[in-house]
Amino acid sequence: MEITARSLWTLIHGMGFGALYLLACSGVLVELYRRYSPKSECPISPRDERFLKVYLIAMALLAWLTVLTGTYIIYPWYRAVAPVGTVNLSAFPQSLLKSSPDTIGWHSLGMEWKEHVAWLVPISITMAASVFVRYGRDLRSQPQLRGAVLCFTLTSFLAAGIAGFFGAMLVKNAPVEGGRVIHLMHGE
Amino acid sequence: MNKPAPSVSASSAGLPNGSGAAAILAAGIGSFMLALLAIAADNSASLKSLLNFYKPSGPLSGVTTSAVIVWLIVWGILDWRWRNRTVALGRINAVALLLLGLSLLLTFPPIADLF
Repeated sequence: MEITARSLWTLIHGMGFGALYLLACSGVLVELYRRYSPKSECPISPRDERFLKVYLIAMALLAWLTVLTGTYIIYPWYRAVAPVGTVNLSAFPQSLLKSSPDTIGWHSLGMEWKEHVAWLVPISITMAASVFVRYGRDLRSQPQLRGAVLCFTLTSFLAAGIAGFFGAMLVKNAPVEGGRVIHLMHGE
Repeated sequence: MNKPAPSVSASSAGLPNGSGAAAILAAGIGSFMLALLAIAADNSASLKSLLNFYKPSGPLSGVTTSAVIVWLIVWGILDWRWRNRTVALGRINAVALLLLGLSLLLTFPPIADLF
């Protein structure tokens, strides 16, 4: 079993940071909607509040790690220009996708959307985390603030979902491969 | 002797909402700036070249870095001005969510390509 360094980075970016963000996002949406509703009768202990603060900060960190690894580590490999005359485009995913009318859409729609929409995620969730850190349980008595935090968090979930979906499809159609080969284990 | 009316008003619900409003509006503006810069860079060769901050990532590096810088500056200024005030959050939310919604739409390539 072996994996290339570029594949490993793609995994860290998509499965490690991106997918974990999506999972965390669904959790925080439920928590903010249910427990911080003005109608909620469930008391919020200082421990619960502290937990959610740390949780949101961790989510913001995950979102930043996802976009930074995507933009500055993986994207340069994806968009590398193939030397003139290159026949095998497998090391040049963007060129590979653009070489066929059946796959060009994954670049012109998928990657073009993903590369920009993904950046709405860290902006939105950093805002949500900062508002929660400042107001905490006060959000119950500030429904407009809570509403905005929920809407931005929901949008970040949607944007991360779009980026994640196209990321997965891009990996299926033109995986970012190459670099050092890492041997994980020897088979029987 | 009459004291001057305080310029700072506290929210009836505890903390004034100004700081939260600043974060919300700045996030809306930052998101919209990202979409706007992405479209502008796509339509102008000189801007595309100007935003090529990190060559391996191309103009995406400049588009996102510039948008993040604008977002943080706007956030800092608004927070400084509104921190201790209670503001009309309904209107601010509406503007911020409108900008966020537009950002989502404008990053969608078939819509971005209309400009």
